[in-house]
Amino acid sequence: MATKIRVKPKRGIRGILETGIWGTLLLCSLVSIFTLAMVFLYLVGNALPFFGRLDLWSFLSGTSWNPFGDPASYGVLPLLVGTILVSLVAAVIAIPIGLGCTIYLSEIADPKVKRIFKPAIEILAGIPSVVYGLFAALVLSDWLRSITHSSSRLNALNGAIILAVMMVPILVSIAEEAMNSVPRSIKEASMALGANRWETIRRTTLPAALPGIVAAIVLSMGRAIGETMAVIMATGNATQLTFDILSSVRTMTAALAIDVPEAVSGSVQYQALFAVGLLLFILTFGINLIADYLMTRFKEAYK
Amino acid sequence: MKRRTREALFFNLFRVCAAIVVLALVVILGYVLINGIGKWSIDFFTQNPRPNVHGALVEGGILGPIVGTIYLMLLVMIIAIPVGVLGSVFLQEYLGSSRIARIWWMVVNNLAGVPSIVWGLLGVALLVYYLNFGLSLIAAAVTLSLLVLPLIMVATKEAVEAVPSSLREASIALGATKWQTVRHHILPYSASGILTGIILSLSRAGGETAPILLTGVAVNASIPGALGDQFQALPYYIFLMTQTTDRTQAYAMAYGASLALIALIVGLNLVAIVLRNRFREKYRW
Repeated sequence: MATKIRVKPKRGIRGILETGIWGTLLLCSLVSIFTLAMVFLYLVGNALPFFGRLDLWSFLSGTSWNPFGDPASYGVLPLLVGTILVSLVAAVIAIPIGLGCTIYLSEIADPKVKRIFKPAIEILAGIPSVVYGLFAALVLSDWLRSITHSSSRLNALNGAIILAVMMVPILVSIAEEAMNSVPRSIKEASMALGANRWETIRRTTLPAALPGIVAAIVLSMGRAIGETMAVIMATGNATQLTFDILSSVRTMTAALAIDVPEAVSGSVQYQALFAVGLLLFILTFGINLIADYLMTRFKEAYK
Repeated sequence: MKRRTREALFFNLFRVCAAIVVLALVVILGYVLINGIGKWSIDFFTQNPRPNVHGALVEGGILGPIVGTIYLMLLVMIIAIPVGVLGSVFLQEYLGSSRIARIWWMVVNNLAGVPSIVWGLLGVALLVYYLNFGLSLIAAAVTLSLLVLPLIMVATKEAVEAVPSSLREASIALGATKWQTVRHHILPYSASGILTGIILSLSRAGGETAPILLTGVAVNASIPGALGDQFQALPYYIFLMTQTTDRTQAYAMAYGASLALIALIVGLNLVAIVLRNRFREKYRW
């Protein structure tokens, strides 16, 4: 953290220059606050007229989403359930594997393996989502179908598995940092008391790193909920209200990407889609706030 | 169960987890490589996508999409880097650890988690319609710039934070002004950290599909000559190929284009990793 150093203001040209630079830098950083305000204002501003036509409850509880149909229906529930279904199943797959991978990386792997493994994780995190989507749509879907014999080739499970692959690198990189910042002295104390390495990890390192690990899980969930392209390409996008992981679903993000280019600015459909966007924004923003809070608490515990 | 057996059991379980992750990487990259490399030829990189007899754009090459993606990345570089780096330096060096700075950073952290499709919505409402940019290269570039801005800011913050405060104090003690200290000491010492963040952000911008889908990418746009033109992009082209009915031809093109995109992005990532490792060896505080 930068220490606060007071510097006596300079006079003359230097002083004017310093003030000018101060102003420029301030302007640059204002952009970040400004964009957040913009995102929120534009989502709310475009979504609000929609709630004048349809009340909030029938938006949230409506079981049919068909904005371009006749009659049109604007129930967000199928999309919401689709999003939750896909990202929950993804989390169920990604969390155990991710945590196992984290423990291996931070406690077991020898430095040589680690030097190759960590960049591999970073590359996995860097692959564009459209490539994951391609793999899910063309390869994974056929493998899954030969096992499950599901009626739809593209389905929620397919999307969940590819999302899990995308979640793991985020989870691992944040959780590993949390594990590494647990002070050595605690681990050594545990070992000195006779615990073996696994007992030390389970009883000492993991509990100590828990807030950081939970934050990692929460953040990767947020990523899964907000992911668009891989999900569009993998899940088949049928707008139906279902909890069956072998049927095709459409998530909120997919609905936005598919329908927004069709909607005319200012139309009911356009406003309804912004309402969906607002819901998505609130969901992910809440998740990030929780993760942020956990991380700050964790960092303060081990200063 | 004996304590040792239990330890061995769990450790092997974790090794299996790690192996699964590596396997996933190898399988996905392997599939794209094997299916994509056959498509690579001079023509593939020097021709625009051409329609076949059914009107699907599955012939020719991927010149248009590549140029579009490179244009986007260049524009994002011009727009997002100065604002992101300078804004971050201000928050870190001028506001320090004040309460305002802490709240500000919370905002930036949260912006980094906003889904890309929501940035696309903002782009549509604010840039395409309200500011009347229309569906265009500039609308997409500004949208992507907003998307990567928080990433650049966080990376810059971490790099600047790592510079020991003794350097700042020494510089100020010798009579340098705040800006002179930043310009001659903080920025040079954190340069490779900042550069790593910038490269990663650019690779992110190059791989994003959802925001540009809403703000101006088009199937059959020609190579853009002005900021107001529509454009093609590599990730969008890949997406399009998976939606085409002419499967055999389209899928081959999709793999070839994916391999090109991965080469571009993994290449950038590798540069970032190498840069960071060199920086670690060079400066030890």
